[in-house]
Amino acid sequence: MKKKLAAMAVVGAALCMSTMMVSAEEDLITVGYAQVGHESDWRTANTQDYQNVFSEENGYELSLIDCDNDNAAQLEAVRNFIQQGMDYIIIAPIQSAGWDTVLQEALDAGIPVIIADREIEASEDMYDAWVGTDPHNEGVTAGNWLAEQLDGAEANILQIEGTVGASATIGRTEGFAEVAAEHDEWTILDSQSGDFTQDGGQAVMESFIKSYEGEFNVVVCQNDNEAYGAMDAMDAAGITYGADGDVILISYDATHDGLQYTLDGKINLDVECNPIQAETVKGVIEKMEAGEEFEARTLVEEQAFCAPGIESEYAVQMTQEILDGRAY
Amino acid sequence: MSSIKKLTQKRLFLPVFSMILVMLINVIYDAATGNAALSFFTVSIRNGVLYGRLVDILNRGTEAAILAIGMTLVVSSSAGTDISVGSVMSLYGGMCCMLLAGFGNVNVSSYAVPLIVGIGAGLLTACACGLFNGFLVAYMNIQPMVATLILWSAGRAIGLLLCNSQIVYVRVPSFQKIGGYVGFIPTPIIVAAACILVAALVLRLTALGTYIQSVGINKRASRIAGFNSAKIILLCYVICGLCAGLAGMVATSRIYSADTNNIGLNMELDAILAVALGGNSLGGGKFNLAGSIIGAYTIQAIDTTLLSLGVSTAQSPVFKAVIVILIVVIQSEPMKDFFKKMSKKKAAVKGAA
Repeated sequence: MKKKLAAMAVVGAALCMSTMMVSAEEDLITVGYAQVGHESDWRTANTQDYQNVFSEENGYELSLIDCDNDNAAQLEAVRNFIQQGMDYIIIAPIQSAGWDTVLQEALDAGIPVIIADREIEASEDMYDAWVGTDPHNEGVTAGNWLAEQLDGAEANILQIEGTVGASATIGRTEGFAEVAAEHDEWTILDSQSGDFTQDGGQAVMESFIKSYEGEFNVVVCQNDNEAYGAMDAMDAAGITYGADGDVILISYDATHDGLQYTLDGKINLDVECNPIQAETVKGVIEKMEAGEEFEARTLVEEQAFCAPGIESEYAVQMTQEILDGRAY
Repeated sequence: MSSIKKLTQKRLFLPVFSMILVMLINVIYDAATGNAALSFFTVSIRNGVLYGRLVDILNRGTEAAILAIGMTLVVSSSAGTDISVGSVMSLYGGMCCMLLAGFGNVNVSSYAVPLIVGIGAGLLTACACGLFNGFLVAYMNIQPMVATLILWSAGRAIGLLLCNSQIVYVRVPSFQKIGGYVGFIPTPIIVAAACILVAALVLRLTALGTYIQSVGINKRASRIAGFNSAKIILLCYVICGLCAGLAGMVATSRIYSADTNNIGLNMELDAILAVALGGNSLGGGKFNLAGSIIGAYTIQAIDTTLLSLGVSTAQSPVFKAVIVILIVVIQSEPMKDFFKKMSKKKAAVKGAA
């Protein structure tokens, strides 16, 4: 008898709890995010941003899957989201190609898909919206800033590119080259890949210094890590750079360390690649929920930061407050 | 004539010849573009430190040269390669920087533990990796590539775990010194020289080299002759792990951070290639340590040359492959036989005349 009572109590409690959970879940919008991985500080900041924005307090239940740069795992993650009947699916694609089948499955299941951060090779009616950054714009910003600073003076430019074939490398190279083509007094002496790493940036810069000794006055590094390496190489060779130096140093990404160097005047300009994208994605989802019109492509707002004391219409002067206020 | 003949028959002739050939490309390029023909070889002191392309080759070739020492011994004793060395380099970085910065910190300017503890723990971890590989190969009879495949994939992941998946920066001058300069000499060059010296002394002063070669030529016969073959193979893998740790030490200090995703990436391939370029057979047995080390610097000479020629990064792997194929073909047995026949024919013609 006692046993029966106990069993009934347990079942009752379980029932109560499950109904409570269902009622709690009903109010939340379920969102699945297939994240690339955690390969850099940038990516970690991006993940944390999503976790903060798509919180239960804001009315969302976020399933975030870290796909560790494994394309197959990411396809599987998205399939799981479809089976679980998520309300929305967000994908930061590891590879740009090969998405047709999975996107079709999502389309058949009637789940809206938002592509985040990177580009995808699929026709635009296969997914609902795209939110991300534009490396081409970043390259143009760097070029415009340089033109403004030089004001017609001659520029001999060395560029340390990112990984060959990466969309950030291609966009930044093309954007910068576009501006450079408008200036006859600019020469891009050489452009080599430093693989987005500090060691790569250092090795390429060491070689550049020997090949173009005394000929260059601008160095463009396509991410902050490469810039640190280039700075070490120039230090060793006794070349001065930055706001008070002979060489203008431009970098991309605007990570915390990169901006610290900008504040110290060692990097002249750091163009931001913003990982804080979740708020923009949330805006798109809110419009979808309300049945309003939404933009098919939304660019996340991006800034550029320059060393203190440099006036520019393209970049904000770096201050300690900006640095302290950054989320990453 | 006979002195030239003697020279060409030396074991080190072809590796050295290949390296000089690679460097000659630069002389031709410099002459053709109107620079001073020997500018590639000019070494000067700039800003108080050594400066020049040759210095770059010696400096940047350090990691590959140190790895080549361990790899040569592993190849010789076990007729297989240790493909985990690149990951072990990265694991050293993760372990060392995690301890020095304290777990969870990503950017520090003072040590959490003394420098020697961080380096010591990193090197010990690397030795433990070698011990693990060696145990699997020597006592479990697992094929070397399969055995070392485990740490090839896991080593980097463990490093990432130790660093909480972030790049940990240790911005302390004494830590950077190992990848920087002592006086006017780049420290990596000193580290490489010390490693090569110790390896050469040990192999020359003890019978270890002979033991390793005899185990590599015939494991069973050596055991019957009284050597503990398994122990010798194990020792080779531990040395290889230690070398990977030392290479990791240089690579980590160079960038004063544990960039676990990138430290030592694909370095195992350079190390294996160095052994092959040094005229060693990957089938084990007899080895030539000096050849491997020259091979390692040859690879770096190719990289430096491609950079100085301004070959676009997208195309440079193709050029590298062409140069490597040429070097390997020049050293191959059929080519050697061909050269021998040619010189014999010449001698015969001379004799007839």
